[in-house]
Amino acid sequence: MPPVLNSRPRLAPGCRLGENNQQRVLLMPERALRLNGPSLEIVERCDGKHTVQQIILDLQKIYSKAEPHKVAQDILGYLALLQKDRALDFEL
Amino acid sequence: MPNEISNPLALIAELTHRCPLHCVYCSNPLEMHARANELSTEIWTRVFQEAAAAGVLQADFTGGEPLARPDIVELVRAARSAGLYVNLITSGLPLDEAKLAALVAAGLDHIQLSFQGAQEETANEISGTKSHTQKLRVLDWLRQHRVAVTLNFVIHRRNIDQLAEMLAIAESSCATRIEFANVQYYGWAFANRENLLPTREQLDQSLALIKREQERLQSRIRLEYVVPDYYAKYPKPCMGGWGRKLMLITPSGDALPCHAAQVIPGLSFENLKDRSLREIWEHSAAFQKFRGEDWMQEPCKTCDRREQDFGGCRCQALLLAGDAAATDPVCSLAPLRPKVDAILAGMNAAPLAQLLAKPAWLYRPNPT
Repeated sequence: MPPVLNSRPRLAPGCRLGENNQQRVLLMPERALRLNGPSLEIVERCDGKHTVQQIILDLQKIYSKAEPHKVAQDILGYLALLQKDRALDFEL
Repeated sequence: MPNEISNPLALIAELTHRCPLHCVYCSNPLEMHARANELSTEIWTRVFQEAAAAGVLQADFTGGEPLARPDIVELVRAARSAGLYVNLITSGLPLDEAKLAALVAAGLDHIQLSFQGAQEETANEISGTKSHTQKLRVLDWLRQHRVAVTLNFVIHRRNIDQLAEMLAIAESSCATRIEFANVQYYGWAFANRENLLPTREQLDQSLALIKREQERLQSRIRLEYVVPDYYAKYPKPCMGGWGRKLMLITPSGDALPCHAAQVIPGLSFENLKDRSLREIWEHSAAFQKFRGEDWMQEPCKTCDRREQDFGGCRCQALLLAGDAAATDPVCSLAPLRPKVDAILAGMNAAPLAQLLAKPAWLYRPNPT
């Protein structure tokens, strides 16, 4: 199921942002994901306050040279990936 | 050369060998460390800081039973303050609601609760103690906390037919991961192998069930299944390669490249009381011994898979081939694979009823 636009993604229990050798990482049970650029911008906003829609609008502003529809698609894809990894809960 | 050495990523902290359970497949060495020799809170704290500075992301607190340490809450806080992701692998036995709340408040990220079976009788037989009911209580308490929960089921001949029941326990809990890990055969498990190794038919049935359930549980629970090496076509990349990703620290502070490395003759291990973690990682003879490819024999030396499985498990090579530098004999390309096949054939020829008769277990004792 793709993330709902008015839901608020929040990092799941046991998942949090960390830092290692000057590199931001998403720490999860038994794995870690390196974050940079857009992936970091997205995960930093998965705080249970931003809605998916707001994250999309924010990133469309930051990456204003990119095609807005493409930015939205990429974000939805990335959130779905993190959801599949059980790294996100979506609150309504 | 140090610049060719990768960072360690995880620190396996064997905080103590003391444990209320006596599991017949315990991964602790046959010779265990006494309480009097355990590292102090201060040294562990320094080790966590050195680990984070060396690039380690995660600390796995294990044992024995890590909760047997009276300073466990302090150790969790120290590892978390150092910047590590803190994972506690526990039987849940010494846990109560207050202790659990204190651990979470101190920064515990992930708890792995080990189960010996789905049925009380099997679980208690394997652990040599009454433990199952308490684990179910712990599962209930865990709902109140923001912490990741994994259930670890150790699988073998006597519980491999209970996978569906184990899943039912997991599904009714707040766990988001389940690890079904078949016993691997070294240490105590090697001593009890003839009573633990599942049959080919049992294994095939379990594989089919896991495949079905992985599809069904897709977005809810992450389900991982580890088969016994003896039935695998290729060896597992043991520890992600020797001295590549992991450092294990024993209760008394010896730094090892893997759980069982002490069985390998001629290796000596340096102690965290004497040297820094980074120095040991980069320079100690034990970590250099099987790092890279120079030590490899044929067929590993020229094998296309050598950067994938790193020749398999060195301790298994020692146990089965008598040579820690040999190709892991579980590999289908290993010259000694026929030895593993003979072990499997001998066992699979016996009737299941006979294989499931109650054995005389060699239980793991508790160190003083």
